Amino acid sequence: MSTLAAPMPSSALDQDWRKVLRWGFICGGALIALCLVGMPVELDRREIIERYLSLGYLSVVLVPLVIGWVSASQVVLEGFESRKQGLFDLVTGLVVGVIGGGLLSLLMVALDTWNLRDPLVNWSPKLFRFLTYENGMGFGAGAWIVTCGVLGLAGASLHVVPRFARRIVATVIIGLLSLSVLEAAVSDVSEGFGLEWLTDLIYAKKGGLTLTSAFVVGAVIAVVAALTDGRVKAVTNRYRDMEGIERQKTSMILFAVVAVLCIVLPMFLGKIMNELLANVGLFLLLALGLNIVVGLAGLLDLGYVAFFAVGGYTTAVLTSPNSPWFAPELHFGFSLFFVVIFAIIVGLVIGAPVIRMRGDYLAIVTLGFGEIIRLLFMSDWLGPYFGGAQGITNVPGVDLGFAMVKGTDPRSVFYLVLFFSVIAIYVSWRLQASRLGRAWMAIREDEQVAEAMGINTVSAKLMAFVVGAVLAAFSGAVLVAKVGSVFPTSFMILISIIILVVVIVGGMGNIAGVMVGSFVLIGVLGGPKQPGLLQEFQNFKLLIYGMLLVFMMLKRPEGLVPSARRSRELHQEEFLQDAWLRGDKPGIDDDDDAAPLLVGDGGGEEE
Amino acid sequence: MPTHAITTKSARRLVSVDRFLTFIRVFLVTVIVVGFLAFIWQQFDADNPFAQWRNPGARGLTGDQFKGLLISGLSQGSMYGLIALGYSMVYGVLGFINFAHGEVFMVGAMTGFIASDKFQANGMWESNFLLCLALIIVMAVFFSTFTAVVMERVAYRPLRNSPRLIPLITSIGVSFFIQNFVLGLFGPATKSYPRLPEWLAKQRSILTFEIAGTRLLVLVVAAVSMAGLWYIVERTKTGKAMRAVAEDKEIASLMGIDVNRTIVTTFAVGGAMAGVGGILWGLMFRSVTHMTGFLPGVKAFTAAVVGGIGNLGGAMAGGISLGSAESIAPLVILEPLGVPGVSQLKDAVAFTVLVLVLLFKPSGLFGERLSSEDRA
Repeated sequence: MSTLAAPMPSSALDQDWRKVLRWGFICGGALIALCLVGMPVELDRREIIERYLSLGYLSVVLVPLVIGWVSASQVVLEGFESRKQGLFDLVTGLVVGVIGGGLLSLLMVALDTWNLRDPLVNWSPKLFRFLTYENGMGFGAGAWIVTCGVLGLAGASLHVVPRFARRIVATVIIGLLSLSVLEAAVSDVSEGFGLEWLTDLIYAKKGGLTLTSAFVVGAVIAVVAALTDGRVKAVTNRYRDMEGIERQKTSMILFAVVAVLCIVLPMFLGKIMNELLANVGLFLLLALGLNIVVGLAGLLDLGYVAFFAVGGYTTAVLTSPNSPWFAPELHFGFSLFFVVIFAIIVGLVIGAPVIRMRGDYLAIVTLGFGEIIRLLFMSDWLGPYFGGAQGITNVPGVDLGFAMVKGTDPRSVFYLVLFFSVIAIYVSWRLQASRLGRAWMAIREDEQVAEAMGINTVSAKLMAFVVGAVLAAFSGAVLVAKVGSVFPTSFMILISIIILVVVIVGGMGNIAGVMVGSFVLIGVLGGPKQPGLLQEFQNFKLLIYGMLLVFMMLKRPEGLVPSARRSRELHQEEFLQDAWLRGDKPGIDDDDDAAPLLVGDGGGEEE
Repeated sequence: MPTHAITTKSARRLVSVDRFLTFIRVFLVTVIVVGFLAFIWQQFDADNPFAQWRNPGARGLTGDQFKGLLISGLSQGSMYGLIALGYSMVYGVLGFINFAHGEVFMVGAMTGFIASDKFQANGMWESNFLLCLALIIVMAVFFSTFTAVVMERVAYRPLRNSPRLIPLITSIGVSFFIQNFVLGLFGPATKSYPRLPEWLAKQRSILTFEIAGTRLLVLVVAAVSMAGLWYIVERTKTGKAMRAVAEDKEIASLMGIDVNRTIVTTFAVGGAMAGVGGILWGLMFRSVTHMTGFLPGVKAFTAAVVGGIGNLGGAMAGGISLGSAESIAPLVILEPLGVPGVSQLKDAVAFTVLVLVLLFKPSGLFGERLSSEDRA
């Protein structure tokens, strides 16, 4: 690299064809894989825009769009003059899309010719009909090649069009999609407020937006986006720059608004939405606990579900009349006391042996402990105490004196969960800035240095385990009170991993991030057994969780809503390199220069 | 060297946790010793009150039962060993646990099922079994290797220099993804392998050991592939490159070794071993689902740790010891202690072995060939 300018292509056709071909094949492969996994056909039931676009087609259509965008992006190095993007990139996107569409057409031909239904369960005439729009082979193939080409082109053109236009288009698309995805929520809320006419206006009878309403709403969103362009960011920036009393005041107002919303909104919601919110709250509670263990202290605990199980089983044994060993029925509130005690004990017992192990060993050993605890609850050996595989049923709800919290009344469950979540948020928030919290972060960044600085790493790590355990145990207790029974199969390792995804996607070490993560993932896609807003995703959500985990680790390890400190840690080298390229001496004006870059705002990177 | 004052202070500070750990160690050893002694007594003097203490009426095991347990432990353990090789090699070279390696194994088992099912449909499975076996092994090895290599290229290579936990979390995601991708492709139903032909599957008696033909086949194939691996790693140039990269990546690249290619080869070889393991699993247990990879994967990791991670012979030995412990320990240690339904606790025993090894000898039974900074 002797020159500071990237090599310029002489014409739009002077492509790096190998790269283009590779992306084309990736595009085609992704499309075929998607079809064979069965996603489009299954999601076809859900309408986004009535009769014109279903979630199934949307899932297929997104692939060339995204890959077109990725294939046309260029690596921008600071200090190097970057190539101006234009026709060249459009050609790249177009070709990539066309190759992808071509491969999809080959799949259609194969579908028509052979029958591979035996191993591949989704190799069906249904898929063929889906792909050809029930219009025959030639039409389908042609249509897909053209569509994919156009979409690849559109994806690539995202780099070319001005930022203002790009932002508006993105806002409109995201707005329409969320309006459609949130259909159940929106109609539930508006019904609660007596605004059924609004829902009837926007949504078609069979679900999905009507075409006219899509246009109208899209136009409204576009106008709003154009008017508020840049202002949202200005407001958040102003909030961030506030100091002292002013900031406190604004925070108080914000807090009050959120509190009122949380208390009032559920009263207007129906059963399904309240159920959903209660589930989100349960997972939020778990995720907040794991956030302390993984996000703050940096201990990758894969057996986190063990504490969840301990909380659940303690509550069930103590409060249920059916528990085989402990006859008296305690009140839920009283049993909470024991839940805390047992969670602390189990936290210490699991924590002590693993505390000296290095990160990855710790992960696997905690995973082992998680399985051991589940197997013990399931075994005949402890069956006389915990009911074995039959579990413990008939757990009463929570009798608060003035109200009864139980699963048949999701609203009350939501309030209970809200109560615990508020405690958890308060605890994590206070801990984060405390001596202990800073000790955790120091351990996460470098354990040896932390120890050299006089931090008692062993007790700090144990504390992380214990605090996380107690929060998870609360969640388990509420879950059992909600469901009314407890079975060992409810505590699979799967849950630990889903919570991990929630924490990582949201943003490790950041309370707001964890909240966003649980709302987006658990609320929209759903938990391990609990359906979310997109119930059609039931069979694919784990696939998507896995993909998300890999994607986040590769592209944005600090999460959607990153904590400033965490992202500084993860991108340390890049920042130093940038500073070096700018000619700064590292370490002298680090804070002035690098800090604005470091504070991620969730808005994504802008080249 | 730390000064005297500092040592005493840190020693005092850690003492409560250490005391607790010592307590755990003593407790576990006591359980094992008491259980084992009770078992011995049951064998030789069943009416002894100590033998009857926790489990009255127990009569111990007969010699044939014990031999059967040993054989099943051996054959299952050799499978764990084959998978553990992949963990161990990747750990040696890249220093992270490839959690998704269990899924590579599952892909092998799944491929084997599809191929053998087709072979059975056209009758070749019965008429020409050995050819079919060779073919399905080749196919499983191919697909497993492919999965492992793609996995490395897409998910792990970009993360080569990131903090240690990040590739581990990525590999959890990869594992989740592959599991559910296979679920989507082939559906949730349990797939069962066709029966082995009678001439192979029948019981044989070797050195007074009654052994089913299937298990014998498993042992033979595992031994052959282990020998092949040993040859590759110790006798070829590629193997030398692998060992060099495991020792020190930078120096190896200065010596003219293509580090990227060597890492890919490592993944490929580990994947191939897992593929063979998958076939053996299918032949032995005859059922495969998309979840097949999870438990054997974690146990194989345990085996790698037991044998000393980064050490190939250790991985195989660790697998065999883990397999035997898993099949024998419930009956020899837990049953005499009066624990009912011990077979349910098989998996728990495997994980306890992991905890035990890490408590007593974190470097594994056979030491580890790693530089000191990579130690647990």
